[in-house]
Amino acid sequence: MFAISVSFGVLARPLMGPVAPIVMSILVFSGSAQFGALAVLLAGGGTAAAIAAGVLLNARYLAMGLALAPSLRGRVPSRAAFAMPMVDASWAAASRGDGTFDPWYLVGVSIPQYVGWVLGTVVGVLLGSHLADPKALGLDALFPAFFIVLLFEEARGRRRLAAAGGGAGIALVLTPVVPAGLPILAAAAAAVAAARRRS
Amino acid sequence: MTSVWILIAALAFATAAMKVAGPLALGGRALPTRALDIVELLASALLAALVVVETFGKGGSLTLDARVLGAAFAAVAVWRRAPMIVVVLGAATVTAVARLVS
Repeated sequence: MFAISVSFGVLARPLMGPVAPIVMSILVFSGSAQFGALAVLLAGGGTAAAIAAGVLLNARYLAMGLALAPSLRGRVPSRAAFAMPMVDASWAAASRGDGTFDPWYLVGVSIPQYVGWVLGTVVGVLLGSHLADPKALGLDALFPAFFIVLLFEEARGRRRLAAAGGGAGIALVLTPVVPAGLPILAAAAAAVAAARRRS
Repeated sequence: MTSVWILIAALAFATAAMKVAGPLALGGRALPTRALDIVELLASALLAALVVVETFGKGGSLTLDARVLGAAFAAVAVWRRAPMIVVVLGAATVTAVARLVS
């Protein structure tokens, strides 16, 4: 986790300046959305496409939140306070395996993740400010490396593998044809198609 | 630069809204199963597309360069369950060395 947030700081620094990457990690706190949006921006895809990519990448929180909902008690602020720190790792760790979740465990796993995420971004921004030529150091390869890490965690089961295969195919076919950013958004069609399959 | 702040604000708001939507608004009501199926599959589809674009994409075309070797290293390292730091530093090092010798 720490290595990933350091990478994000290093890679975002040239495009966003020193402050914005840190603010982004504080407010968004999501590796896939932050890296996805940055990748679209660096490819020249524009702000709207970057936002759309980040939102689609994080749409899974809708499903994760619905799964979490019955395990949360109390009033609105309390339920929101337990749902907000949710990230993939803490959601998975807090699952009791019977469809219910341990909300305090979720928060307990999220807090160190959050601290590491923000501190790592700060370290990355500081490092990135001193790097002369990120490409000579191979840092552009951190993008595919990071997405491979996330994909390996995410694409389990036949339907998710089908969605991943379809998304990769769409990106391969469309990249030479349509403007930057759009191939990634168009990959959402693979999720729609894979949802038709039986799991 | 303003557009970067718009991006950050939009993603922060949207991410928070999607996290709390289930526990707050939707409560007992369930989303249609089919919509949920799509939502669950979106990350896999987009992440795979990002792997392709970031490995082979170059300004609106596909290309084979040193990044492919770095990405291949990362894929093998992830598959062999190497620590994250090894995946990240290894991918960058392989790519940098490939550029140096080519």
